[in-house]
Amino acid sequence: MKLFLIFMGAVVVNNFVLSRFLGICPFLGVSKKIETAFSMGIAVTFVMTLSAMASWLIQNYILIPFGLERFLQIVSFILVIASLVQFVEMVIQKTSPALYQALGIYLPLITTNCAILGLALLIALKEYSLIESLAFGFGAGAGFTLAITMMAGIREELQFGDVPKPLEGAAIALIIAGLMSMAFMGFSGLIAM
Amino acid sequence: MTLLKDLTRGLWRENPIFRLLIGMCPTLAVTNAAINGLAMGLATSFVLICSSIIISLIKNFIPSKVRIPCFIIVIATFVTIADLVLAAFFPDIHAVLGLFVPLIVVNCVILGRAEAFASKNPVHRSIFDALGMSIGFTWALLLISIVREILGMGSVFGINILGKAFTPFLIMVLPPGAFLAMGVLLGIMNTIQDKLATR
Repeated sequence: MKLFLIFMGAVVVNNFVLSRFLGICPFLGVSKKIETAFSMGIAVTFVMTLSAMASWLIQNYILIPFGLERFLQIVSFILVIASLVQFVEMVIQKTSPALYQALGIYLPLITTNCAILGLALLIALKEYSLIESLAFGFGAGAGFTLAITMMAGIREELQFGDVPKPLEGAAIALIIAGLMSMAFMGFSGLIAM
Repeated sequence: MTLLKDLTRGLWRENPIFRLLIGMCPTLAVTNAAINGLAMGLATSFVLICSSIIISLIKNFIPSKVRIPCFIIVIATFVTIADLVLAAFFPDIHAVLGLFVPLIVVNCVILGRAEAFASKNPVHRSIFDALGMSIGFTWALLLISIVREILGMGSVFGINILGKAFTPFLIMVLPPGAFLAMGVLLGIMNTIQDKLATR
């Protein structure tokens, strides 16, 4: 039950994009078409779940036993994430060229997605267990996919709309995100975390 | 002359936030009060300037294949310093900024300048470029946070300026307000840019 609450909390209540402001760059940059937005969401979810596990292992088996968590946390997490993304890229390229083609340039870009590092730091902060970390990572990824796909759906429709010229592009996307964020505020208090 | 050009580039023409739209996560997350926006701007400036100097100094020793991980380690080191200094001397601000201090590592402004400028230019030019970008980043953050604080709380830097008659729009200091304020400000900046371009 607790796992389900952590999962739902990360998907809707504290949605990474709309209420924690993590991963805004791909949210604005890769949300022009539903298909690519969805692929990006899947790639992020995949890396997030893996990096939740990797950072939990680093935090609990290396940093804490050696008393390094104050000084080396940021450096070690970012390195682990960067190498993990590289590794995932190589594995996908070997095992499934079709998926590799579909994800394209989005995979390497995930390294600098602050949602991934933010997730690793949040897991360390909340002192989740390994299983809880996995649920949290998967939920955060699912929440990201939900938000970016919805955004892409709205932006596809918006191409036929009459947008004032200064607001074209990112500005109107931000205003839409504001309205979506307002709607997601309705979930707050649903699960107390 | 080149130095002056390096310095002013970040202020408007290539302003990281309003023109290039990079580094959006901290821009939206911590601008709910003027003091937080300013603190975030200064912390990012510190990391940007220090890492530009170091990267520009060691650029000839780094093999180009592993340059990105090397840049990230330099940046992460300065972020750790900034994090510990803020925690030691300004615990209140550190608590409010929270997660977003360590997340300066993945702020695209910093890695972007390291890759695009500091790794290709001598130290003195890199310092001026980093300084200009820092000022550009900080003023943008300060502007957004002042707008949000005035509308959301009726105050600036915690000092009430609109009096009791004003009903604050609480939504402006909550997450949706960040997106709305940034969207509208970006629209205004685009209008100004169009006016400047046609003149």
